[in-house]
This record gives sequence, structure tokens and C-alpha cells, in this order.
Amino acid sequence: MLPLIARVAAVAALAACCLAAPALANDMAPDLLVKNVTLEVMDIIRSDKDIQAGERKKVISLIEAKVLPHFNFNAMTAGAVARHWEKATPEQRARLIEEFRTLLVRTYASSIAAYKDQKFDFRPLRAKPTDTDLTVTVRVMQSGAQPVQLEYDMEKRPGGWKVWDVRVAGISLVANYRTEFDNQVREAGIEGLIKTLRTKNQSLERATVAGAERK
Amino acid sequence: MTSANDRTAGTGWRAGLRPLVLAALIALCAGCATNGGGDPRDPAEGFNRAMYAFNEGFDRAIGKPVATAYRDVLPDPVRDVVRNFFANIADLFIGVNNLLQGKPLDAATDWTRFAINTLLGVFGIFDFASEMGLEKHDEDFGQTFGRWGLPDGAYLVWPFVGSSSVRDTAGLILDFNLDPVVAHRPKGVRSFMVVTRALGKRADLLDAGRILEEAALDKYVFQRDAYLQRRRNQVYDGAPPRAESEAPREVSAQRGVPHSALRLIEEPAFHDAATASPHGG
Repeated sequence: MLPLIARVAAVAALAACCLAAPALANDMAPDLLVKNVTLEVMDIIRSDKDIQAGERKKVISLIEAKVLPHFNFNAMTAGAVARHWEKATPEQRARLIEEFRTLLVRTYASSIAAYKDQKFDFRPLRAKPTDTDLTVTVRVMQSGAQPVQLEYDMEKRPGGWKVWDVRVAGISLVANYRTEFDNQVREAGIEGLIKTLRTKNQSLERATVAGAERK
Repeated sequence: MTSANDRTAGTGWRAGLRPLVLAALIALCAGCATNGGGDPRDPAEGFNRAMYAFNEGFDRAIGKPVATAYRDVLPDPVRDVVRNFFANIADLFIGVNNLLQGKPLDAATDWTRFAINTLLGVFGIFDFASEMGLEKHDEDFGQTFGRWGLPDGAYLVWPFVGSSSVRDTAGLILDFNLDPVVAHRPKGVRSFMVVTRALGKRADLLDAGRILEEAALDKYVFQRDAYLQRRRNQVYDGAPPRAESEAPREVSAQRGVPHSALRLIEEPAFHDAATASPHGG
């Protein structure tokens, strides 16, 4: 009798573990997620010799592997394109997302390089356990200046917590692109905006390649 | 002897400034002519863009190269010392502004910082106060006016100063007139300190400048929007009310959009959509 109960309990426990493991990864508290990802990426950036030598390509692939999965680029792009989003066709939306994503990854790579020597202060989360939409705050400490506040606006989604806006010193990335995108769309339509983004990304790509060749 | 030197130096400096002032005036006129009118927050866009172009030119020719040299020549600890020294002096009026904004505890922190860093930190070159947990604040008269309820007013760009607004310009005039560094005599030392401080600030912004260069489609617009967002954040000490601004309406609208968008571009397919040819999906 007892061994049977023990066996059932063991199977149940095993099953629970198997079920819980992926669920745990998805359900990781948002503040912990931000902290883990930040520390992991910073650790690699500080220790990787190629990155130290200024290899941008490697920083970009690091971000794509570690950081991107936690960003909801659909929401970010839709937020930046704002009222014009409804007008865009699904195919235009996909291209907008792709170009905006490329641009943000590059910007992110540059920002990370600038922050690599700083200390981080991960602020305690101020939210209820039931909240599905909240802000995780990290402060970058620096000598002789007020800390820079990084705020990640996050939403709980089926695949885990996803960032849909980043605010640096109160400057929302999504809001800051809104006027720029709006101007582009009013001047040359959605296609014009896509073209501008692509041209921008291509020139940045060329600059990266040229920089690598100079070395 | 020194006064004679000062005078010649002064004339030389002024003579050097003349073409810049002339360029600024020409740019101003050109700017007024092209004023197109667009963003309600920026009625003087033509003028501002001209000033922005002038500042860009100045920065490209002088500001950025000198700041880069400053950063490359001086090691980090030396630049920290320079930054801390001026940051310590600034704490005096940051405290005054905190008091004017009805935050006596913050003001007390600022003045305690000043006392500790001046005495223990050797005239402020070491920021011991931060290490002791007395956090640095960032206040100025523009923020104080904002706290008192004054709106930004029109966005403005001034030569050498850069982004500002009607309210922040008023604040800046007060900041400048009460600035202990600007009030310092003799003038030679004052000029040296003002230039060193500006140089240090510009050097600290080299990374940010590079990021701006990469991130922006239209640098002028990007910088303007960032300035206005940042100032609002500063006025509210990092916690601006969301209900009051224009943003939340848009944010809520924007928050509605992604979900409808997600139905069209499902998340797992998004990576495929990104790599596939536009007609693939």
C-alpha cells in the first residue's frame, strides 16, 4: 500500500516538475528577468575579448540571442507608428517591424557599450502579484551625477513577460519615434517610412563593416 | 600687465566670435523664411532648425574634436575629479531649488553632500557623499518654475546652449546669473573653469551623441522630443503623472493596437515574417 502511494507521489512529483519547468521560465518574475538578462549580458560584454576589441557584430548577435526574445517588437512598432498602424497592410507591418527591430538592436548595442563600466541598482518591483502590466526600474549609478533611470514597461503575455517600451531618463523610446514616424508617413506614406528606415539601417550596416575593415 | 593681457585676450576672443555671431544671424533670417509650421510645441521650428544647424556646425568643427581629445588624453579618474568638482559646486543651488520646490529634506541632503564633499572630498573632487548613500539630485530654476506650474512654452534652440524652452530659458538666465563658477574672479580663472566644465560635459555626452546619430531619422526632431520628455520627467523627479500628459491617451491607444496587430502577425510567425521575403507571407 505504502510503496504504491509513494510511487504515485513520485510520478506526480515528476510530472509536476516536468510541467512546471517550462512554466517557470515563462513565469519568471519580471524584475528578476530584467536583472538576470542585464547581468548576464553585461558579464559577457565585460569578459568577451572580441567585444572588448570593438567587434560590433558580436554585440549585436549577443543582443539578438539574449535580449530580443524578451521584447515585443510588434507592440513597440505599432506604438511608434501609432495612428498610421491601422492603415498599414499586414505585409507592410511585417517590414516595419523588421526594420525598426534592426534599428533598435543597433542602438541598444551602442548603449550597452556606453554603460559597460557602470554599476546597476535593480529597484524592488512595485506591483501586485496579479498585475499583468507593470514597470521594472533599473538605475545606472555614475560618479558625480544623478543616476540614470531605465524603465522597462512590461506586459505579461503567453510566452512570458515582454517589454513593450523602454524609458531612459524619462524618455520613452516608442514615444520619441512617434513624431519622426508621423512626419515620414505624412511626407511619403507608409512605404516612405519603410524606405527611410531601410536606408538608415543600410548606412549603419556599411559603417559597421567599414569600421571592422579599418581594424 | 595682466589686465592688458586680459584685454587683448578679450578682444581676440570677441573677434573670433564675430563670424560666429554673424553666421548665427544669417541662419536666423534663413530660418524665419523657411518656418513651415507643424508641431504645436515648436512654433519657431524654422529658427530652431537654423540654430540647431549652427550648433551642429560648431560642434563638428570645435566641440566634438576638442571633447574627444579631452577624453582620449585624460584618464578616467582625472575626468571624474573634474566632473565631481563642478558637480559639488552645483549642489549648492540644487539645494536652493529643492527648497523652492518645497522639498526641504532633499535640500538638506544636497547641502550635506556639499559639506561632506567639500571637507572630506577635498573641495569636491571626490564624491564621498554618494558612497555614503546621499544621492545626488538634479535641479535647476527651469524645473522649479515647472514645479510651480509653469508650462514649457514654445520649444527653443539657442546657439551654444542647445535645446531649451521659453520656461527653461527664463530658468537658465537665473541659473547663469547665480552660477558661482561664472561669478568667480579673476576672469582668467573663471573662463578656464567655464570652458573646462563645458568640455567635460561635452565629453560625457560623446557616447550619447553617437547613439543619437545612429538612432534618429531626423536628429532635430528626435532631440527635441527627447528634450521635452526628459524635462517633464525632471520636473516631476522621475515620476511624471501619466493622466495629465498627452502621452497616456496615445499610450492607451497604442496599447490597444498591438493586440489587434498580434492577431495579424502572430508572435511565432514574426521571426519568419522578418526573414522571409515581403511576398513570402
